[in-house]
Amino acid sequence: MVQLTLPKNSTMRTGKTWPKPEGATNVRKFSIYRWSPDDGENPRVDTYFVDMDKCGPMVLDALIKIKNEIDPTLTFRRSCREGICGSCAMNIDGINTLACIYGLDEITGDVKIYPLPHMPVVRDLIPDLTHFYAQHASIMPWLETKTNRPAKEWKQSIEDRKKLDGLYECVMCASCSTSCPSYWWNGDRYLGPAALLHAYRWIIDSRDEATGERLDELEDPFKLYRCHTIMNCTKTCPKGLNPAKAIAEIKKMMVERHV
Amino acid sequence: MAFLTDRKRAVGWGAAKSGTEHAWSMKKSSVALLFLIPLFVFTFGAVLGDSFEEVQAYYARPFPAIIAALTLLVGFKHFNDGFQVLIEDYVHGLWGKVLILGMTCISYGAAAVGIFAIAKMAL
Repeated sequence: MVQLTLPKNSTMRTGKTWPKPEGATNVRKFSIYRWSPDDGENPRVDTYFVDMDKCGPMVLDALIKIKNEIDPTLTFRRSCREGICGSCAMNIDGINTLACIYGLDEITGDVKIYPLPHMPVVRDLIPDLTHFYAQHASIMPWLETKTNRPAKEWKQSIEDRKKLDGLYECVMCASCSTSCPSYWWNGDRYLGPAALLHAYRWIIDSRDEATGERLDELEDPFKLYRCHTIMNCTKTCPKGLNPAKAIAEIKKMMVERHV
Repeated sequence: MAFLTDRKRAVGWGAAKSGTEHAWSMKKSSVALLFLIPLFVFTFGAVLGDSFEEVQAYYARPFPAIIAALTLLVGFKHFNDGFQVLIEDYVHGLWGKVLILGMTCISYGAAAVGIFAIAKMAL
């Protein structure tokens, strides 16, 4: 049965409020989710104040500033800081997005930062993406061929290559899957928008020779058909991709095989 | 605690190789209802408030009787399929299966009662 309320050990409490920076005139308030597996305490929301005159323009800049100058225990993933690695995906101001490319000027009022929703938390803003990555691996995200390898390369026309645009750019940040209610309730069996977008990327690759097997592996009431076209995935994708359309295309191909 | 690998958890028992038929069936019934519902409203509305004898005479005609019967049949089929998805979404395990069974009985039972009533009026 779907769990509509948080278990007792997951309910959030008000945490520590850190002092405002001295002499700062342009201060912004940050409310950030904190949880540690080490102390047995419930999650809490700590409050930080950042001097915006000495801070970069992105949410990740503020997080790094807080970690460097206020609270070194604040934990989050980050790497490329330009929307390519997908590491810093988190829920900012109610939206799943990448902290490195989400501007602080896009947020009105206080900045509220939580980990990606409905995922097990490793610590603070770090979700456990083990199952998410295993689901991605299960769709065989590589070129499958049966024909003998050509002397040079597997050729592809310009038109066929264009079909991969809007799909190959996915950085697997998990913003889409963790914004999907179907993935919240049935994430153990439903592959979610990210894995299905990648599945479609290989299904329509003209060089791939496992199209039938790929469709076979997706034809399942839970793996594919838990998608109810809610469109949260498309709305939230920080790269501007359209996983809902990719899923709809897979469904169309499924019907084409039957009718 | 089961010592399953991440991949084993993700793959589970593999694909059921079904689901497309269900989704396609719902698409077909929704398109059918797109036409049937206005026709039903139009025909049913025509005798709304009339006496029993007048309604009986109206539903003895083939067009309103067939429209009403088809709306009930397709409507309850669509309702059953949709509710099954709803149950699969939110209720798991044995309770989910029991509810799907119950909902199927209710849907087809209600459709049968409705069609019987129309047939009794029409014949």
